[in-house]
Amino acid sequence: MEIGLMHFLTLAALLFTMGVFGIFLNRKNVIIILMSVELMLLAVNINFVAFSAYLDDLHGQVFAMFVLTVAAAEAAIGLAILVTFFRIRGSIAVNDIANMKG
Amino acid sequence: MINLPISIDAIIPEITLACGAMFLLIIGALSKRIITNTLSYAAVLLLIFTFFLLVSLNWDTSISMNGFFVMDSFAGLIKSAVLLSMAGVLALSTGYMKREEIVAFEYPILVLLSTLGMMVMVSANDLLSLYIGLELQSLALYVLATIRRNSLRSAEAGIKYFVLGALSSGMILFGSSIIYGFAGTTNFTAIAEAFSANPDMKLGLSMGLVFLLSGLAFKISAAPFHMWTPDVYEGAPTSVTALFAIVPKLAALALMMRIFCEPFMGLQDMWVQILWVLSVASMLVGAFAALTQENIKRLLAYSSIGNVGYALIGIIVGGTGGLGATLYYFLIYMAMTAGTFGIIMSLRREGASLEKIESLEGMSKTHPVQAYVLAILMFSMSGIPPMAGFFGKLFIFESAIAGGYIYLAVLGVVSSVVAAYYYLRIIKVMFFDEQVEELQYETNVPRDAVIIVSILIITGLVLMPEPLLIMTQNATASLF
Repeated sequence: MEIGLMHFLTLAALLFTMGVFGIFLNRKNVIIILMSVELMLLAVNINFVAFSAYLDDLHGQVFAMFVLTVAAAEAAIGLAILVTFFRIRGSIAVNDIANMKG
Repeated sequence: MINLPISIDAIIPEITLACGAMFLLIIGALSKRIITNTLSYAAVLLLIFTFFLLVSLNWDTSISMNGFFVMDSFAGLIKSAVLLSMAGVLALSTGYMKREEIVAFEYPILVLLSTLGMMVMVSANDLLSLYIGLELQSLALYVLATIRRNSLRSAEAGIKYFVLGALSSGMILFGSSIIYGFAGTTNFTAIAEAFSANPDMKLGLSMGLVFLLSGLAFKISAAPFHMWTPDVYEGAPTSVTALFAIVPKLAALALMMRIFCEPFMGLQDMWVQILWVLSVASMLVGAFAALTQENIKRLLAYSSIGNVGYALIGIIVGGTGGLGATLYYFLIYMAMTAGTFGIIMSLRREGASLEKIESLEGMSKTHPVQAYVLAILMFSMSGIPPMAGFFGKLFIFESAIAGGYIYLAVLGVVSSVVAAYYYLRIIKVMFFDEQVEELQYETNVPRDAVIIVSILIITGLVLMPEPLLIMTQNATASLF
């Protein structure tokens, strides 16, 4: 069996869905949410690179490089915010992030 | 002049702002003393300087940077509004930050960087520059929401904003990748050309557009993607909340207008349906969910959700009439919100900042001038004639009826009647309730200046509503 564009797209869609579900279904830990966000962005990168190879066009790979860079910055900021929260609350459980409601 | 292989004339304001922000960052980092206030004033000056650079540019439509960057009169108008309102927000916040002892010198620099991100967004002509601008804006705003590092609520607001913001960025990216795959390009002009050459790609493109649109709906906090708004507005320091309420939504709405009018004009029948749902849901959520709120910041969060709903009506109608009405409405909304937040930030009770609506009790007896100013702002927000907010809503509903969207206009009027209840309740509390606890009004020159400018805009537009409307309509004409 030859691995074609469709396989890559399916893989990316599956990973992206896992990322989205990871954000919403996870009840334990905020770190898992950060990992899910990362998973979503990497799924997008697979999409971009697969399309880039399929279309024989470099734009997609350049886009993927930018996404990687921004994802790193985003993870850094996410962890920094998490550290701030942990210092005050002493916990990073998802259930503890519920002081404001309504 | 230096000869460059590409023309950088159109992005000189952005380059100035980026260099200025980095320069101020170095000054702040190297300084031995804490110079947050000085940096804030320097940042205001930098924003105003950038505004003058922008005005001195040629606003005829031109595409530069290998198709990544477009400059036209639409981008010019939005960027001017963004720069001036950001200067206003910084002027509002200096006194507040000092009083609340938030001494991070990064505050004005983060504001500058998010302004830069918004300017890139507004001028984006490629999915890549759209993404970079959007992320630069969002990353700065995540940190701003958390800037009060010793407050649990501020940190919580930061986490919530970050997680949902990152989710929406992921959706925008996934949409972009699908659009890239089907159209074979990320450039807006080229996407439009590819689609008109080959209408078969409609299904793929509309799938990408749905992802892109749901990500953008997060950014403008349109219902049902509004969950983060009340919590973030409540938790973040009030000056940051003012920023969230006033500026980023204008940039995101402008971005939506551009992508609908340029690359996705051919898919109009698709996105009009989505926007219809978003608009109706936002108007209803904004009207009904706010009724039971006791916290002023949460109330204003729901009010901003409702206002985004009204603004979307104009985009649905389309054309220079609809888009012009949306811009007009949103510019007035920004002025009203700036004034409202200015008053709220100035008021104190028992040495603490004001949070509850009932804290305003009896304000008309101790602070009549401020009470009347807030009353004018609330009348304008609820759209009662002859305030400027009335004309904003009038033009939107007029364009909706002219475009044949009578149901939207009716729903809009109904929800603004419901919403009038909570605006008028604030007036009732101020004027007819007995005072329990002494309120203090803290005078701060830059903040009071912003409040006065906002009142002048609101009352000035009562006398002459037309010139601004013509200006916004001319600006949107450059999109077609």
